[in-house]
Amino acid sequence: MNVFPNVAPGPTVRELANPSRRAVQAGWNVLWTGVTGLATLWIVLIVGVILGTIVIGGWRTVTPTFLLGNPENGMTEGGIFPAIFGTVLLVLLMIIAVLPVGVLAAVYLHEYARANSPVTRAVRFAVNNLAGVPSIVFGLFGLGFFIQFVGRGIDGALGQGVLFGQPAIVWAALTLALLNLPVVIVSTEEALRAVPRSAREGSLALGATRWQTVWHVVLPQALPGVLTGAILSVSRGAGEVAPILFTGAAYYLPYLPTALTDQFMELGYHVYVLATQSPNVEQTLPLLYGTVLVLLLLTFALNFTAIVLRARLRRRMGLRD
Amino acid sequence: MPAPPLLARPVDHRRRRIDRLAEMAIAASALITVTGIVLIFVFVFREALPVLFDRETQLEANLAKFFSPGSWQPVSDVPKYSLLPLLIGSLKATLIAVLTAVPVAVLAALYTAEFAPRAIRELLKPVVELLAGIPSVVLGFFALIVLATGVQAVTGSPTRLNAFNAGLALGFSIIPVVYSVSEDALRAVPSSYREASLALGASAWQTAFRVTLPAAWAGIFAAVMLGLGRAVGETMIVLMASGNAAITSWSAFDSIRTMSATIAAELAEVVVGSPHYSTLFFIGSLLFAITFVLNVAAGLMVERMRRRLAGA
Repeated sequence: MNVFPNVAPGPTVRELANPSRRAVQAGWNVLWTGVTGLATLWIVLIVGVILGTIVIGGWRTVTPTFLLGNPENGMTEGGIFPAIFGTVLLVLLMIIAVLPVGVLAAVYLHEYARANSPVTRAVRFAVNNLAGVPSIVFGLFGLGFFIQFVGRGIDGALGQGVLFGQPAIVWAALTLALLNLPVVIVSTEEALRAVPRSAREGSLALGATRWQTVWHVVLPQALPGVLTGAILSVSRGAGEVAPILFTGAAYYLPYLPTALTDQFMELGYHVYVLATQSPNVEQTLPLLYGTVLVLLLLTFALNFTAIVLRARLRRRMGLRD
Repeated sequence: MPAPPLLARPVDHRRRRIDRLAEMAIAASALITVTGIVLIFVFVFREALPVLFDRETQLEANLAKFFSPGSWQPVSDVPKYSLLPLLIGSLKATLIAVLTAVPVAVLAALYTAEFAPRAIRELLKPVVELLAGIPSVVLGFFALIVLATGVQAVTGSPTRLNAFNAGLALGFSIIPVVYSVSEDALRAVPSSYREASLALGASAWQTAFRVTLPAAWAGIFAAVMLGLGRAVGETMIVLMASGNAAITSWSAFDSIRTMSATIAAELAEVVVGSPHYSTLFFIGSLLFAITFVLNVAAGLMVERMRRRLAGA
């Protein structure tokens, strides 16, 4: 704390004894501020160049006909509507699966469990490590568990040929749901932490049960945090390609998915396909840039909403403390 | 006339039932989270079991073949199943990513925590979040179409898509996690440390490098391990930007095929239950094990630092 803000700090005793030392220290300060500042600038530059390239390369392509049209001529012309439709359907299914489980698991951690019981520790351990499993491993899991085990199992029970034991949008959505479980749990828990203790005590004192307190008092107040988690997981779900490679994404489909057992086209996968499997990269380049731009806009719009919601939540939390 | 009982309806059965149901749903949800990670391990490993125990599979693919020098040609007439080219590929890409990203991310975190004016600090957070929000397939696209051309122009490497190009793009993807975990660690250092150092006459950079940085060491180490884990497992970037040729070489400018990209590229085409299929799941199990160890270690480091700083 500088008591006299307008007075520059004077030299230390050492510096008075050796005035050149002060200049040397000032030099080092400038040098290291510069070096660390340059590292920061480098990051800003990376972000700027990536986004700039994509916007410049793509904005001309993104027209209503591009957004609402079907791929044509072996995907070298036309639009990306089926991919957008598939992406939206996929993340909707995912969020239906992940939101209740994630929110309830967070409620367990914060409202029901004792802080350091073995079960709580196991759940926390699982949440932390689930978040670090590579997305391709989730893809393997989706194939090995949902398709080969659950899907084949259902088919065996139904006895009507292969219906569930093959890649399908429901399996891709469930795989993504598991991948995003930590996202929902972490942000819901953060929101639960912001709900004041007095709200719970008041509710319990009025005779409400534990669940009534959670459902009518705590969760409504935590809603922004729950929404943040939901939106972040949607944004991540829309961008992940590796988990859906073998669980349901299709290279090209002439129809839109209408049943849970249908395959689907997806924006991220479409980017991958256009970038690596196109017969004529030069010709498809504008389409590719356009698709990337749409995917980016979609994820950024979602992230931005989540960031705004979270900032509002944090501010509320700050006022309470 | 006797007074009515204090509680008109002493036991509300419906309310109780709902409460019990809710409690069960909540416990089940918590359980799903724990089962999730167990199931991942069990079911990825289960499909890899034939390469360890099934005689017929082992004729074609077994541990001895995996880890002896050779090439990765699982679909040729005489299939070859050496994982060494893939391991080297993953190692090269990860090393390049860590070497290019960690110094940048840690220095930037140091800048934010120690040197930056408040306005810049506030501005930087959304920029890093923006980078974190870019889907990896988009980074892969960028590396494939734009970055590769630039890298080739600067380095004059014969192949456009090589380990360096993929590693650089991989580095972009781990900068956010290394930066934010490092910054958290630096911020967790109590300000009394800094004040004491400054009061003793140390300059700002001396305080940053000799007091704050050493105090946050465990957290920064954790950040690096988390970054490593991400880089090893990341798939789409290396799949698109590395050239995917399984070459055994230590040059940064040869094409590589990583473990993750091999799974992504080949699994869709293999026959379920074949030796090739089991081998790909075996690679997946390896990836899972490597990242799991890195994550657990990082978690322990963060925990340790938190406890030490709390004790201080």
